[in-house]
Amino acid sequence: MLKYLIKRIFQMIAVLFAVSLIVFFVMSFTGDPVLMIVPPTATDAQIAEARVALGLDQPLWVQYRVFLGNLLRGDLGVSYIFKRPALTLIVERMPATLELVFFSILISLAVALPCGVFAGAWPNNPLSRIIMGGSLLGISLPSFWLGILFIFYFAVEKGLLPSSGRGETATLFGIPFAFLTRDGFRHIILPAVTLAMGTLAMLIRLIRAQIMEVMRQDFIKFARAKGVSWKNLLFRHALKNALVPVVTVFGIQIGTLIAFATVTETIFAWPGMGKLLVDSINTSDRPIIVAYLMIVAAMFVFINFMVDIVYTLIDPRIDLR
Amino acid sequence: MKNRLGNFFRSELFHNFLRNPGAVIGLVIVIFFLVMVLIGPFFTPQNPYDIGGLDLMDAYKPPMWMDGGERAFPLGTDEQGRDLLSAMVYGSRISMGIGLIVVLLSCVIGTFLGLVAGYFGGRLDSLLMRLVDVQLSFPAMLVALFIMAAFGRGFGKLVFALTIVGWVLYARTVRSSVLVEKKKEYIDAAKLIGLSPFPVIFRHVLPNILTPLIVIATIQVGTVILTEATLSYLGVGVPVTKPSLGLLVKNGYDVLFSGLWWSSVFPGMFIMLLVFGINLLGDFLRDEFNPRLK
Repeated sequence: MLKYLIKRIFQMIAVLFAVSLIVFFVMSFTGDPVLMIVPPTATDAQIAEARVALGLDQPLWVQYRVFLGNLLRGDLGVSYIFKRPALTLIVERMPATLELVFFSILISLAVALPCGVFAGAWPNNPLSRIIMGGSLLGISLPSFWLGILFIFYFAVEKGLLPSSGRGETATLFGIPFAFLTRDGFRHIILPAVTLAMGTLAMLIRLIRAQIMEVMRQDFIKFARAKGVSWKNLLFRHALKNALVPVVTVFGIQIGTLIAFATVTETIFAWPGMGKLLVDSINTSDRPIIVAYLMIVAAMFVFINFMVDIVYTLIDPRIDLR
Repeated sequence: MKNRLGNFFRSELFHNFLRNPGAVIGLVIVIFFLVMVLIGPFFTPQNPYDIGGLDLMDAYKPPMWMDGGERAFPLGTDEQGRDLLSAMVYGSRISMGIGLIVVLLSCVIGTFLGLVAGYFGGRLDSLLMRLVDVQLSFPAMLVALFIMAAFGRGFGKLVFALTIVGWVLYARTVRSSVLVEKKKEYIDAAKLIGLSPFPVIFRHVLPNILTPLIVIATIQVGTVILTEATLSYLGVGVPVTKPSLGLLVKNGYDVLFSGLWWSSVFPGMFIMLLVFGINLLGDFLRDEFNPRLK
């Protein structure tokens, strides 16, 4: 186990190193950053001077070495627009995004577990067909469009829920969260449901397929013969054995949720790091784009690592090499 | 050819297809969209790209069944007097075109690399699969978003970004199928009669691993259309002069609060319907080709 952990940690570092290389070299094609920094009235001589001062006259691999050195010290550059460290800007907005993602996960699990188990246990029931049709529709609809429909119906037409911003926040452990206040909670409902829809639909289909697979196996027949109640049969025997692939996909889904949070946050003007990314893309604020990618890459690598560890906990049959 | 067609209509696949209402609906939707994008532009009231044909007097018209709507603009107009239905027909053309090109490219590239990696194994195989693993641990949307953010909007770049994201799925699936196939006797037989590796791969291995490819490719058309729509919505997809369905939704959203709900609702409905049809078909094919479910 320890040997495996050490090997995985080295792999994680290798992946992050590769990501930093790719991000750096691809971003270096995106136009001249000097022009973003100097005032528009700068003369050619001043531009050249700024280029030397910033080290941008050096060959790319020298620039990369500097970039990597700064990265390891936690210095990801200063935003062109906000004139503040990119890392700070992203870390400030991270709680908002994580809060949104967390609520989306809660919503998807709360709906997908019962629906998926039901549709898998009774595949020919009319209700199962409705669930499956609904989930197929759920993976087919563009999430940004769903968000627009929600805004139009719940905010513009009915005036029930707010459509933009995060509302009032309250501080917990020194971090501001919206869901702690009534106003903030009202703000989180629409974006969280919008973000949850894709994951929810996908999880229903996955859980159903897994349950169908498990229900065919002998230990289920045996449990039924033994007289185990349906509730215990489904949720203790079947679901537990169906969970391994669900956990894998779930790990990937957390990543997808963080990625799609960019879309949801843009629609609902949710002040998270996803909206910051989209805004920065539109204003060519390169340090923020790079910082976002490095931080999110580190998060994904860590999530994948955790997923592998969780495997062994829920299924001792899996042997880590 | 005629004989083959006859065989198809008598086949189990076709028989099951007719008995599966979801699959039939899916095919009807897909055919509807194909016909629409192929011949639709001859029938649309306007050419939405022809700025000269627009009249600002027609702006902000609601759909024809509402007060103030006109028969000439069945689904209403936008703030420039552009007919929404015409824009949607042209937009579907762009969305479907990108979807098909990307799937074709990623299928060809991914299948080729998967075949080679699986058949020859060794260094190339482990390098390629490591790459696939790393890429699959990042959400496709984010990778595509990053590429588009770096290179800017445009059709070529969009196809490039979506193909980079798409090929890995084929490579992985093909490789694992090849690993199974190459242990079989007919491959030994093919090698024994003196065929060199590439004829063995393309004439003997490839035809036997086609079924999972068909399923992935079908479903991927829908995924690509959705991803393209999302990127265009975020403003990093297709150029503004040639709006796809996703960009139409975005343009519609910009005027949603001035009451023009139709210009974001209808294009989005088109995306959903199209992708839903493709997914219905893909689901049917997957169940048909999955021997475990029979």
